[in-house]
This record gives sequence, C-alpha cells and structure tokens, in this order.
Amino acid sequence: MALSLSGAGARTGDRTPRGGDALLRRKKTRDRLRTLGFLSPWLVGFSVFFGYPLIATVYFSFMHYNQIKEPEFVGLRNWSYVFTQMPLFGPALWNTLWLVVVMVALRVVFGIGIGLLVTKLKSGVGFFRTAFYVPYLAPPVAATVAFVFLLNPATGPVNEVLAAIGIDGPNWFNDPAWSKPSLVMLSLWGIGDLMVIFMAALLDVPKEQYEAAELDGAGPWARFRYVTWPNITPIVMFAVVTGVVQTMQYYTQALVAGKLASGVTIGPGTVIQPGYPDHSTITVPQLVYQLGFQNFNTGAACVLSLVLFAIAMAVTILLMRRKSGLLSAED
Amino acid sequence: MTTPTTSTATLPSPGARPVGGAARRASHNSPAAGRRARRTRVLHWIAVHSVALALALAFVLPFVFVFLTSVMSDSQAMSGELWPASWHWENYAKVFHTPGFLEWWRNSLMYALLGTLFTVCSSIPVAYALAKFRFRGRRTAMLLVISTMMLPPQVIVMPMYLVWAQQFHLSGSLWPLIIPMAFGDAYSIFLLRQFLLTIPKEYMESARVDGCGELRTLLRIIVPMAKPGIAAVALFQFFYCWNDYFGPQIYAAQNPGAWTLSYGLESFKSAHSVDWNLTMAATLLIMAPVIIVFFFAQKAFVEGVTLTGVKG
Repeated sequence: MALSLSGAGARTGDRTPRGGDALLRRKKTRDRLRTLGFLSPWLVGFSVFFGYPLIATVYFSFMHYNQIKEPEFVGLRNWSYVFTQMPLFGPALWNTLWLVVVMVALRVVFGIGIGLLVTKLKSGVGFFRTAFYVPYLAPPVAATVAFVFLLNPATGPVNEVLAAIGIDGPNWFNDPAWSKPSLVMLSLWGIGDLMVIFMAALLDVPKEQYEAAELDGAGPWARFRYVTWPNITPIVMFAVVTGVVQTMQYYTQALVAGKLASGVTIGPGTVIQPGYPDHSTITVPQLVYQLGFQNFNTGAACVLSLVLFAIAMAVTILLMRRKSGLLSAED
Repeated sequence: MTTPTTSTATLPSPGARPVGGAARRASHNSPAAGRRARRTRVLHWIAVHSVALALALAFVLPFVFVFLTSVMSDSQAMSGELWPASWHWENYAKVFHTPGFLEWWRNSLMYALLGTLFTVCSSIPVAYALAKFRFRGRRTAMLLVISTMMLPPQVIVMPMYLVWAQQFHLSGSLWPLIIPMAFGDAYSIFLLRQFLLTIPKEYMESARVDGCGELRTLLRIIVPMAKPGIAAVALFQFFYCWNDYFGPQIYAAQNPGAWTLSYGLESFKSAHSVDWNLTMAATLLIMAPVIIVFFFAQKAFVEGVTLTGVKG
C-alpha cells in the first residue's frame, strides 16, 4: 500500500514540466547542504582528529624521529625492531591477549550470572541492584588504588580476613602469577554495566516461552539453554565485542596497579620498570606510552599503534558482520 | 509456614508472598503436594537471597574498608587492623590542604563540564542527521562513526600529541583534550542516534508542515523529546572526563597545575607512600562526586547503559 503510493508520487514528479524539475533540483541541493551543515562538526572532527593522525601514524612508522631532530626515513627498521628485537613486545602482547580472553569471558559469564540473580530476586531488588552497580561508577584510578590497598599482601584487609579463617593469602599485585587475576577481580567488581544490559535482556525474554518449556518438563538448565540463551545471544555478542575492544585499550588499571604495588615493596625513589611485577601487567597501550612518551621513539610507538589498530579493526569488522545490534534499526 | 493461605496473602512479609501464591495454585491438588510446593518456594527464596546477600556484601565491603581506613590514625593505617581505634575525621581536611588538591578539583570540573557541554552541543545535530535524514553515504558515515568509537585512543595519540605540542604549544594543559570534543564524539553520536531513532518521524513531518526549518525542528521539537537520551550522553561524557587518566597523563603530566583528580591521585599516593589513611580519604573524595551524580540521575544513567546494548 505504502509502496504503491510512493510510486505514484514519483511518477507524477516525473511528469512535472521543466520549471518543476529545476525546483526539484534546487530542493535536492538545499537538502544536501542541510545534511552537510548538520554533519559538519563531525566531518571536521573525523578528518582532523581521526583521519589525519591515522595517516600520520603510518608515516611516522617508517621514520626515525626523536621529537627533536627532523624525521628521517628508515624503511621497515621500526617494524623489524618492534617485532624481533623489542624485549617488552612479547610480554605486552601476551598480557593484552590474556586479559582480552580471560577478563572478557569471566565478565560476560559473571554479568549474566548477576543479571539472572537480580531478576530472580523477589525482595530488596533496588538495594541489590544498587550494590552491584555502584562499584562500576568508581573512577578507575580510585578503584585501583583501593584494590591495591585491599589486596596489600602484608597489611591489606583481604589477607587479614583470610588469615583469620586460616588461609594464607597470595601476594596479589606483587606476585606475577596473581597480578593479572587481581586485575580480573577488579574488573569483576565493576560488573555494573553488564549487569544492567543483561538484566534488560533477561526481562525481555517472553514469559510464555518459559511457561511452555516448563509444561514440557524442562528443568532450570534446559530452560536456560533453550529459552534464555537463544534470546540473549545478540546481547552476549555485543558484550563480548565491546568487552574485547575495551580490554585492548586496558591501560589505567594495569599501570596504576603495577606502579603502586611496586612502590609498596621497593620503596619510593626506585626506578620502576613498567608492568611490575616481572612485566606481568604491561599491556600494549602501556608500551605505546613507554616508547613514544618516555623513550621518544616515535617510529616504534607508531608501529605498535598500528598493530593495535589492526586488531581493533578486525574486531570491529566482526562486529559489523555478526548481527550484534549496533547497526540495527537502520531503516 | 503453617499460616493459612488467606493470611499469608494479606501479610506484607516479603518471604510469604511467593508461598501464598504457590499454595493457592496448589490447593486444587492434594494438601501434601501444596505443602511440598510451598516448601520448595521458600527454600528457593532463601537460597537466592542468601547468594545475593553474600555477593552484595563482597561488592560493598571494599567501600567499607576504604572508609574505615580513611579515618584511622597514621600509625594504625599501616597496621592490618580493620576497625579504627580512634576516629580521625581531620584526615579529610588534611587531604584538602594538600598542595594542589583543590586545583586538581577545579581542573577535573573544568574538563568534565566543558567537555560534556561541547560534546552534547556538537553531537546532537550529527546524530539527528544520521537518524532522520536520507542521504547517500549515510550507512558509510554510520560505519565510520562506529569504527571511530571502537578505536583505542592510543592508536592516534602520537601524531595528535605532536600537533598539539609543536604547532599549538598547548601541552601542559587540558585544552588538547577539551577542544576535540567540540567536533562531535563518536560514542555520543552513536548513542544519541539510537535514541533519536525511537522518535516517530511524524513529529518532524508535522513540524515541517507548520513551516519549521530543520534547525528549529531540532531545537524546538526533537531536543525536548530526546531529553532522556541527551541526559544519558551528558552523564557518560561527564564520567568519561572525570575518570580519564590517559589523556591528562599525555597532555598535562609536565604541569602539575593542570592535573586532574584522577591523574593527581596516583602522585598523591606516591608522595604519601605510607599514609594509607590519607590516600583512602582522597580516593573516597574522588569517588564521591560521581556516585552523588549517579544517585541524582540514576534513571537516565541506567537507561543510557541499556540503550547501548539492547537495541537488538
């Protein structure tokens, strides 16, 4: 109905005399200018703060540039340096990938768990929701400082409490084997964003489907597997992809935790190696900072930036392919 | 559990409600089956709520420990004790009197408020065009917005820093972080667009019929209707700026006068390496504004978080 109507409209438009045609063209130009006008802030922003620096990053990745002398073309030397000679590249890439896999997986599972729990609650929902949500709001630096204190091996409350019940607590941020799991704990404390997303998704699952499953004699697991899961997969997908992208940028918490934890044991004034303890918390973004802003090795920093960019783009393309809701409601 | 069904239904006691419902439904069957169903419901209620309570405790305890330590004496804060022997509220005053602390507050506020204002003003028209105008390249534009959104800030930081530092001599200030926000922020554009899609086209069409120009339509009709979405975007941007650590580290590190709270806190810790009490007080003082803002704008915030994911 709507289609045939618009078709008729278009045909009458075709039949209008030449004057109308010019009018139509003028309207089109006006529409185009209007669109350009509305988009202009972003068009400028996109070219100046995204397009230009991206091209410049590629340019600098082939240059030797210490930010004082003029850049000098060195071909692929920065690239081979980063991939074959830079000692921290391996650990940084490994840590970033470790965090991407473990942190994202645990956060998604925990987020679904907490979401399920809160939707099952019959009383005190408001209280529980707030309790689970508020830690997400703690500024990352503040949350990290708090966790380094809480997990302080010698005097931190967590190990005090563990000792009281007869458990010898680990060294948390001061032990290379425990530092990344400690960061994961910190990220699980800030589960609030995923909880809200999953709660909304879980409440959207049609009730009749649960009732039908129950009539068929499905137990709790079968109901989750065959009713809940298919309904929330798009949101899970969304959470995974955004989680991967966020974790690839993982910077503040790892840096602050490493710095503070090292200060506690070696004392102030010591030169701090990035990624304390034993490079176990250095991530690719930290390495970009280290190279570009502390070693003034612009070229190598740009190579690493591009590695990060390539991974981010690959994930984004995956996101576009799979229907994860980002581009939905397009029309 | 032996209370008759009728009275449990009227009692507002939280535990009784599901029991009453189950019993009423089961009363058609044998009384024994009804009792059994009631018992499983009660057990289920108890199980779910105890798990939730234990977890909630784990989520809240960090705040409690941080607070308790923040009011301890210097020497006690270094011990492993959990409860303050004496309450030292003056720790908070000490934090405020730390050189620089008030300046960091001012800088954080300036960054967050200006950043939010710029972002909202510049992103609304872009989001509107992407949501409601039909033009060639609309899909491409949207793809580019999403790509920008997904990009780690570290990818482009090196050349951007060189431009701000060498061409504009603005390193040592927060302006290199604030100025780009006047040119649209990808994440805000994306969120606003998602929200604007939910506003029916008819509103714009009727405004157009009434002779409203596009800009008037946007300001008079759309913006008032999109207030919840705008509020959510503003909140997110405020929090982003307030929490930002990487940005200030890149551009403001050389100049302590331009530090923000998020950046300053770590140096505060380094300067007071043993004063856990002062550090914890400072930590709470940085968390406070964000959490207060949240409680005042809870609805907008939760709506915004939902908006990011649930347009499926």
